[in-house]
Amino acid sequence: MEVPILKQGAVLIATFQAALSDADLNNLRMGLVQQVVKFRSRAVIVDVTAMDVMDSFASRTLREIALMIRLRGAETVIVGIQPEVAFAMVQLGLTLEGVATALDLEEGLAYLSEKFKTTN
Amino acid sequence: MSKSESTSKDSEARSNPGVDLVRSEASSELLRELVAHLRQNRTQLREEWVVRISETRLLTAMTKEEIFAEATSIYDSYVEALETEAFEALQAYARNLSERIIPRGVETHEVVGIVLLLRDVLARSLFEKYQTDFKKLNRILDAYEPAANRIANTVAVGFVQERERVIRQQQEAIRELSTPVLQVRERLLILPIIGVIDPQRARQLTEQLLRGIRTNRAKVVVIDITGVAAMDLTVANNLVQTVEASRLLGATVIVTGLSPEIAQTLVTIGVDLGKMNTVGDLQGGIEQAERLLGYKVEKLAEPR
Repeated sequence: MEVPILKQGAVLIATFQAALSDADLNNLRMGLVQQVVKFRSRAVIVDVTAMDVMDSFASRTLREIALMIRLRGAETVIVGIQPEVAFAMVQLGLTLEGVATALDLEEGLAYLSEKFKTTN
Repeated sequence: MSKSESTSKDSEARSNPGVDLVRSEASSELLRELVAHLRQNRTQLREEWVVRISETRLLTAMTKEEIFAEATSIYDSYVEALETEAFEALQAYARNLSERIIPRGVETHEVVGIVLLLRDVLARSLFEKYQTDFKKLNRILDAYEPAANRIANTVAVGFVQERERVIRQQQEAIRELSTPVLQVRERLLILPIIGVIDPQRARQLTEQLLRGIRTNRAKVVVIDITGVAAMDLTVANNLVQTVEASRLLGATVIVTGLSPEIAQTLVTIGVDLGKMNTVGDLQGGIEQAERLLGYKVEKLAEPR
């Protein structure tokens, strides 16, 4: 299943619908990294609210997306990690270090607009 | 203990003709004589015992008068137990005594110590009384020693059992104290942790906190561990995990109230606290959280 990438102003939003296959994740990664420069976006929000399990591949891909996006000149915010998922991830040592996180999409957007304000 | 008790009782109860009966009759005869002697010299022996107790610096948590009163009742129960061999009464007394003195901070070694002292004081007085008749002394001691040892045993076991009961009760009380996740301001939670954290409780804490962050839409959490006495590697790692998991939900965690001892432990065992935001006390933590959230608390007037 393909993940739709929405453009909202200077932000790209990718919403995970359900558990994704490894191939889907790879496609998402390439899509985001390409489009972030194409649309001259300043930030990417990845919404994982629908994911009730996060395996190590998905977690690693999220981290890779964040690092690649940074190299392409934008920022990434992961939003909507469920409490149980967060706990499981931490126990597996998957802490998404260096990646911004927020409670949900609204919070992520608020975080970014605050950030855009200060960097402008 | 119960085995020897039952056998000695059996040999008395069943009219089993033979050496056993004769011996037990002789020994209870001796015990009666012994008890009479102890009753006669009650004041002097008790005095001597109390002196020995304070000499050996036992029961330092109690005053002289308390020790004397307690010594009197222990002495009487002791003699009574020697006479009747009814250990249930002594057991009950030991439990009762323990209930009273455990909250005072009396240690196991002290209780065992004073009972053994009494045994020794009484044995000395027997030596003195029967020093001319060595055979009789031997027989008296034969009767006295097992009974005295059993008394010491009973009191010590009673004390330890009571102590364990108190410990169990306290552990349950601690476990039942659930840890509340409280909202102090919009988007600011505090989690005061009090008492011992074991892995089970740590897990419960983390889950509660993460749920609290989600339902209150918290951005900042202050975890206050002023009430945590000690922390080992596992618990410290749990704390780090809680901080990281909270961050995944978009909340910043500020840890406050690390005692010098805990700070020392954490540095010694080398827990990576680099990712942790720590502030000295709860007030400082809340102030920093308010700064993060953009609050400014102003004093409008002097308190009346």
